[in-house]
Amino acid sequence: MRGLPRRRPRDEASGAWYPRWYWPGFAFPGTLWLLVLFVLPFYVVVSIAFGTVDPVFQSPLPVFEPWWWTKRYLLEEWHFATGEFRPVEVRTIVYVVLATAICLVIAYAVAYYVARFGGKRKGLFLALLIAPFFISYLMRMLSWVELLQPNGYVNGVLTFLHITPHPVNWLAGVPFTVVLGLVYGYIPYMILPLYGFLDRIDQSQVEAGRDLGGNRFRTFVRVTLPLSKPGILASLVIVTLPMFGDYYTNNLLSGSPKTTMFGNLLDNSMEATGQGPQAAILVLFLVLFLMIPMLYYMRETAKAQRNQ
Amino acid sequence: MSEAVSERPQVDRLRDEPAPLAPSRSTRTPLGWWRNPWRRPHILATATWLYLAWSLLPVLIAIGISFNSGRSNSVWQGFSFQWWWGHPKSDPTGSLFVSPELHAALIQSLRLSFLTMFIAVPIGVAFAIGISRWRGPAPAGANFLMLFSFVIPEIIIGISMFLFFTYLLKFVHLGTGAQLLSLVTYQVSYPVIIVRARMLSIGREYEEAATDLGASPTQAVRRVLLPLLYPAILVSFVLVFADTIDDFITVRYLSGGASTEPLSVKIYNFSRGILTPAINAAATFLLFSTLVIAVLGVFLYRRITRGQRGQTQEMTGYLS
Repeated sequence: MRGLPRRRPRDEASGAWYPRWYWPGFAFPGTLWLLVLFVLPFYVVVSIAFGTVDPVFQSPLPVFEPWWWTKRYLLEEWHFATGEFRPVEVRTIVYVVLATAICLVIAYAVAYYVARFGGKRKGLFLALLIAPFFISYLMRMLSWVELLQPNGYVNGVLTFLHITPHPVNWLAGVPFTVVLGLVYGYIPYMILPLYGFLDRIDQSQVEAGRDLGGNRFRTFVRVTLPLSKPGILASLVIVTLPMFGDYYTNNLLSGSPKTTMFGNLLDNSMEATGQGPQAAILVLFLVLFLMIPMLYYMRETAKAQRNQ
Repeated sequence: MSEAVSERPQVDRLRDEPAPLAPSRSTRTPLGWWRNPWRRPHILATATWLYLAWSLLPVLIAIGISFNSGRSNSVWQGFSFQWWWGHPKSDPTGSLFVSPELHAALIQSLRLSFLTMFIAVPIGVAFAIGISRWRGPAPAGANFLMLFSFVIPEIIIGISMFLFFTYLLKFVHLGTGAQLLSLVTYQVSYPVIIVRARMLSIGREYEEAATDLGASPTQAVRRVLLPLLYPAILVSFVLVFADTIDDFITVRYLSGGASTEPLSVKIYNFSRGILTPAINAAATFLLFSTLVIAVLGVFLYRRITRGQRGQTQEMTGYLS
């Protein structure tokens, strides 16, 4: 299959005649589905964000005609976002940056080792690295909830080794627990794409670096690292996008207002009624904030699809 | 590709040899060991194994706890099946298959996953086929939309769907219908991305050959293209199932009541309150059902791709 010369004929007229609607017909159900159930819901979000509020129930009244849109509630929420919510947003960014950095260090080391030195065990390594994909996120968090409980095994080991004199309540709003939870939750999504990129690096280029007198470190910094830069960027985006919308890791491992993240604001605005259009406006803010990384990732994916 | 694979053992052998390049320094002293340019990457190897232990041991412990004989979900108290289908003393109707609540949630989980799988994969496969062959600017726009639904954080889909069904499409009541519609919307991009990659790697030649030999367009798709796509379609089925049965973010906002909450949502709700090993049993059940589908997928995949080269490579390629 691979040995055949790849030829892309310009003329489509060879062989059978394809009706004009033939290929669009295949794409039609999916396109229609997305237009109705992805674009339209987002239009509802925008209509609520620019809409008004029921004066009695404080529930949002969407305004579907753009010419009646009002910025009033949006500006009010923006006021919150830059004032009252600012600590939450700063905290979210700090947690996400910290967690992503830790993820990158561990993920790069693991992916590099498996890609370069996996040898005969590569299949086993890959199976173990893929395993977390099939274990639900909830289960992986649940297992830490249980390990970190006051009478759980982590405290058992720590007190046995006299590292801490008495059990620590890890689940009562400890930022360390939340960041570690984020790392634990999202790192599998980083390792596999990184592995994909590192595995494609031509070994002879690395060997050339060593032959030309570079030591391990220099060869890594001057050859491997630049070659894997697109992989690093892509995997950073893959991991940070969901982290910004994450509320569950935080809720399960802390649940304390001391560690509230932006995702929690979103989730809280859904759980309490009578907050007007808050949920819709926060969704809009998050989408705008993540627009650039999302567009970057989409462009890279589309490029990878073309170049394959 | 195969050349690169056969090359690797030789490189490893080179590395095993005592370093001829640095004979002056002994490799026995720590400093010499550190400076030896051909030493094996012990530090990286240790880090990798530590990572694997860290990533998988907690889950194994949690699976073990589901067979706990006591009520504790953090300390092992002995082996029993009571939290799966027994009547534990502390909570007689609390086990996974006995508790009406958990049992109903389990059924709902399976129902949602299978329905989503059988709706999202055909739509996605057709979309991928159409978009790869259809020329002009329109498919790029449709593909952009599809990729957008892929990268957007799930909570955004969940909330916008909730608002959509509450304020515009009011005739869709929150519950199974709304859950299904939003799950399919979120999952449909997986088969598209997987099948599209496969489409690009097989090219157009086989279809052209078929049409040159007198097949109609529909015959060319059904008898030539689809069989070539079976592996990718199979992988899509497994991934969509695995992702849907674990999903609680979208579904939670669209449940509309405790009766339509699937097991994943129950686990989330219980994890924040009173935990019993029954919740571990529920999570383990989700894991087992995913594994069953995955093993089934691998088995079918082997059958379909028998005699083709580079299978495992392709399978892992889909995930990364």
